Amino acid sequence: MYNKKLNLVLLGLALVAPFVLYPVFLMKVLCFALFACAFNLLLGFAGLLSFGHAVFLGTGAYVTGYVMVTYGVTPELGILAGVVMSALVGLVYGKLAVKREGIYFAMVTLALAQLAFFVFLQTPLTGGEDGLQGIPRGKLFGLIDLTDNLTMYYFVLAIFIFGFLTIYRTIHSPFGQVMKAIRENEPRAISLGYRVNQYKLMAFVISATLAGLAGSTKALVFQLASLTDVHWFMSGEVVLMTLLGGMGTIWGPVLGAATIISMQNFLASGPLANYIHVLMGVVFVICVLAFRNGLVGELQKVIRKNSG
Amino acid sequence: MATFFDINLFGLFGQLLIGLINGSFYALLALGLAIIFGLLKIINFSQGALYMLGAFAAWIGLNYLGINYWWALILVPLAVGAFGILLERILIRPIANEDHLYSLLLTFGIALILQGLFTHWFGSSGLSYEMPEELKGGTRLPFMYLPNYRAWIIVFSLAVCAGTWFMIEKTRLGAYLRAGTENAQLMQAFGINVPLLVTLTYGFGVGLAGLAGVLAAPIYTVSPDMGSNILIVVFAIVVIGGMGSIGGAILTGLAMGIIEGLTKYFYPEASNTVIFLVMVLVLLIKPAGLFGKEA
Repeated sequence: MYNKKLNLVLLGLALVAPFVLYPVFLMKVLCFALFACAFNLLLGFAGLLSFGHAVFLGTGAYVTGYVMVTYGVTPELGILAGVVMSALVGLVYGKLAVKREGIYFAMVTLALAQLAFFVFLQTPLTGGEDGLQGIPRGKLFGLIDLTDNLTMYYFVLAIFIFGFLTIYRTIHSPFGQVMKAIRENEPRAISLGYRVNQYKLMAFVISATLAGLAGSTKALVFQLASLTDVHWFMSGEVVLMTLLGGMGTIWGPVLGAATIISMQNFLASGPLANYIHVLMGVVFVICVLAFRNGLVGELQKVIRKNSG
Repeated sequence: MATFFDINLFGLFGQLLIGLINGSFYALLALGLAIIFGLLKIINFSQGALYMLGAFAAWIGLNYLGINYWWALILVPLAVGAFGILLERILIRPIANEDHLYSLLLTFGIALILQGLFTHWFGSSGLSYEMPEELKGGTRLPFMYLPNYRAWIIVFSLAVCAGTWFMIEKTRLGAYLRAGTENAQLMQAFGINVPLLVTLTYGFGVGLAGLAGVLAAPIYTVSPDMGSNILIVVFAIVVIGGMGSIGGAILTGLAMGIIEGLTKYFYPEASNTVIFLVMVLVLLIKPAGLFGKEA
């Protein structure tokens, strides 16, 4: 009951937000929040640290950008193409990565992502160092013009809500329960007869698909797909967002993404602009050392203490 | 291949040489990672940043403190090792018993801080380091021209790798180390100071990265992101070699350098990706890595 109310309040805030804050900033937050939620599905609920998740964000962005620029398709078809491609890459990479566990899994995903980075850098389709620029936003279903930032915002919000609900449903399904069982005690899950690798692969593909959705949307918002999206630094950034917000919580990644993006926006124009990476590193170190549950996790602890 | 016996032989051997040099750096860095991982089960993501730190320390030493290359070769690894020990004591040890993923994230944070600071201080364009007088020039071989400094890198780093391998696999100290990785508590019961062993191992592994940095300074530009670019290749090498093996790290490092060099000659477009492709192949055939034990 309490949660339902909270969700309604948040939805209301999201609906009026573009009248108070700059819509492009909000859209950026929503895209990264979706990306972080997708990543969190893997890390927080299946216990798999993928250190190369930027590859799915980038695949979504590049493929959507490419089909929009080259074939001039409508935005929903562009996004569909990006998402399908991310899912396929996720399937291939997932099959390779789930063979190893823990730290090995992290390193394999990182190295695979780097492979993709060089492919994006070198194929003639992606514009090399420049990336794809001037991606048109187009007309949704051929009807609704997305060039207006406010219209675009509600479209992005709808996509975010769709992605968020998908994750919510996944976590609260029997499949999600099995995922948690694997995270908590993998040998036991195996001995219970679950085909653990198939579950991991499934989680990996869902996560990759939604990360691709975030990337496709981001490409439309900024009308740009660039190497930044596939760089390993981006993979680190999404880990930071999730860790800061609270991994394994529903709202943690959203809060984490909002915090990091705000921090970057705020710092970029200030005297500390040169120190953004240093500060992010410091936040990383503090999160790992001092509050591993993240903002939402710590908040829940406080609430629990007061109510119990 | 019509020109195989002609000028292209020079090109081929030139690329092989570059490959062997890159391989030497890969081997040194992978070796450091393998040692640290072996005893501490830490993936040291800051290894690349510490390699960068080594190169910058050599540069600062030469340009501000009058420390020449040969002294840097001794002092910088010690200094970087000491800095690493400090990091281990203050930041890494408190989470040593947590999930190992946290140490990966922590060292990633440290790498970001170091890289960010050096970018701020020195800019991202890179600096050049004067080559030591004694190693300038080169030798003309029948099939190629061999610059002295490059020959020195290969010989020296191979000697360091071989020495390290010998120490770990064949000496008593190495036996303690390997026993410590198997069962730290039992070692402690036998009266071995395991925490000290851990600290020294970490310092040594990190010192290797510093050493690689000094070696790299005269032939590459000294820049803040030199570490992050090489690090991910080294991770791939570690996956290919299999983490359990010290010898595997050295051999795979060298081999991948050579494969990269050959690719650069025959199909340059793929030279940046070939190591990752090898990694994919190895994962398909032998998920534990070429020299790794099945987990």
